[in-house]
Amino acid sequence: MAVIAKQLSIHYGQTVAVDQMSFRADLGQITVLLGPNGAGKTSTIEHLEGYRAATSGETSVLGLHPVADHHKLTAQVGVMLQQGGIPTAIRPQELLRQYAGFFPHPLDPGDLLERVGLTERSKTPYRRLSGGEQQRLSLALALIGRPKVVFLDEPTAGVDLEGRDLIRALLLQLRSDGVCVLITTHDLAETERLADKVIIIDHGMVVAQGSPGDLMSATSSDHLLFGATPNLDCAGLSATIGSHVSETSHGEYRVEAQPTPALVAAVTSWLAAQNIQLTDLRAERQRLDDVFRRLTDSSKPTDSSSS
Amino acid sequence: MRALRSQIRTELALSSRQGEQLLVSLGIPLLILVFFSSIDLLPTGTDEPIDFLAPGVLALAVMSTAMVSLGIGTGFERTYGVLKRLGASPLGRVRWVTAKIATVLVIEVIQWVVLISASILLGWSPPLTGWALAIVGALLGTAAFGGLGLLMAGTLPGLATLAGANGLYLILLLTGGMIIPLSELPAPLAAVAKLLPAAPLAEIIIGSLTVGGSVAGWAWISLTCWALIAPLAAAVLFRWE
Repeated sequence: MAVIAKQLSIHYGQTVAVDQMSFRADLGQITVLLGPNGAGKTSTIEHLEGYRAATSGETSVLGLHPVADHHKLTAQVGVMLQQGGIPTAIRPQELLRQYAGFFPHPLDPGDLLERVGLTERSKTPYRRLSGGEQQRLSLALALIGRPKVVFLDEPTAGVDLEGRDLIRALLLQLRSDGVCVLITTHDLAETERLADKVIIIDHGMVVAQGSPGDLMSATSSDHLLFGATPNLDCAGLSATIGSHVSETSHGEYRVEAQPTPALVAAVTSWLAAQNIQLTDLRAERQRLDDVFRRLTDSSKPTDSSSS
Repeated sequence: MRALRSQIRTELALSSRQGEQLLVSLGIPLLILVFFSSIDLLPTGTDEPIDFLAPGVLALAVMSTAMVSLGIGTGFERTYGVLKRLGASPLGRVRWVTAKIATVLVIEVIQWVVLISASILLGWSPPLTGWALAIVGALLGTAAFGGLGLLMAGTLPGLATLAGANGLYLILLLTGGMIIPLSELPAPLAAVAKLLPAAPLAEIIIGSLTVGGSVAGWAWISLTCWALIAPLAAAVLFRWE
């Protein structure tokens, strides 16, 4: 196990940023810390990066203590800060060469620039790069030393679609190289596409964890949607199948029941008996954002001091 | 060594790109040298103003690079999280500080070469002796002003460091005996100035590099204290984020 947190708590004075969090992240997997702003994601990852002391709890990164053994970990850990960290006047090529000099077996700066799509911008000062380009450079910087563990704080924030594809490809490559990738994000779509494991946190606590599939199937769908000719006899269909049916919009229907095979058969045979053309049929499982919204209390005002 | 070399190379490249830092470290000393040696406005107390101004601006160069350039540069690096990010790399604090010191010394050597050459062109006859003492003074001054620069950079926000370092530079430029001899200042002001690091640095460098000159003992005591206290205070009080 690359990263382990047991009962991790981080307090800033009276503010509890992280409250008894327990989770682990493994080599060869992408683990996502998902939560609304102020949930404690950055505090957690900055503790694991060695920046912040824990108030209580036990943590280890590659078997070492992230804060006390920080100097032993720096050569094996790659870090992408949520923002900044790069001199505004530096050129991408210069920056990667600088950091390459700090590691025993670094990646080739030129190759890495190509992989993050910045070859054309290798001599442009950092301050003149777009937000997305700055993020990609910051990601490249996290990878230059061939780390075993990478901590990425909001890696896709402010990145355009093309940039996201590049970042996703890089992260998948890291996973297949056996690297432990720990990401914080509040981007649900990104999480659903990338994560091997999701740790949903809110108000400093872990509210759910598991693979995206586990989390989504844990709460299976409770309705069936179908499309057909408008103005069907909903009352008649409801009576036949024993569940309430309504026409939600012109030609779109919703059956309030679990989409079991029996239910689907009952609905389609009723339609067949009347020779009605089916245009669409969906047993929608919950998306991750349904799970997320239900588990996290995103309606409350966020606590910016603990972000 | 590879990590240290890599860091020094980057520091030098970034320093050479900071236009305003070049202005402070070379532009202002050169301007003072050329202007006041051609126009005898300052009460330098010497027959030829250049005999006083040449060593004076050598002291000024040390103060501007070690305090102003180092302080402002490091202050903004801290504000932009550059130091935080370096903290996650294997570079380490010792090599980081070593690279900063090496960069300051390289820039000071370049400044001295340029300023000495310009002074000779303006008619200065540099003495043959006294250079060793002047260099010891410059190293002590680098420690003292570098400590002050890092102290500001490590405790104040970037913009406050910018204002603080430039403000202090101007005050010490006028009261530090670098372009106006201490003897021309009101006695109470001169007494206070001797307790600050600029006047002893100027006294040592000007005294060492003036034919028949000497360095007063108070200068060595005062500057040595600053060279010990300022870096120590910076080391204790510096905040990386």
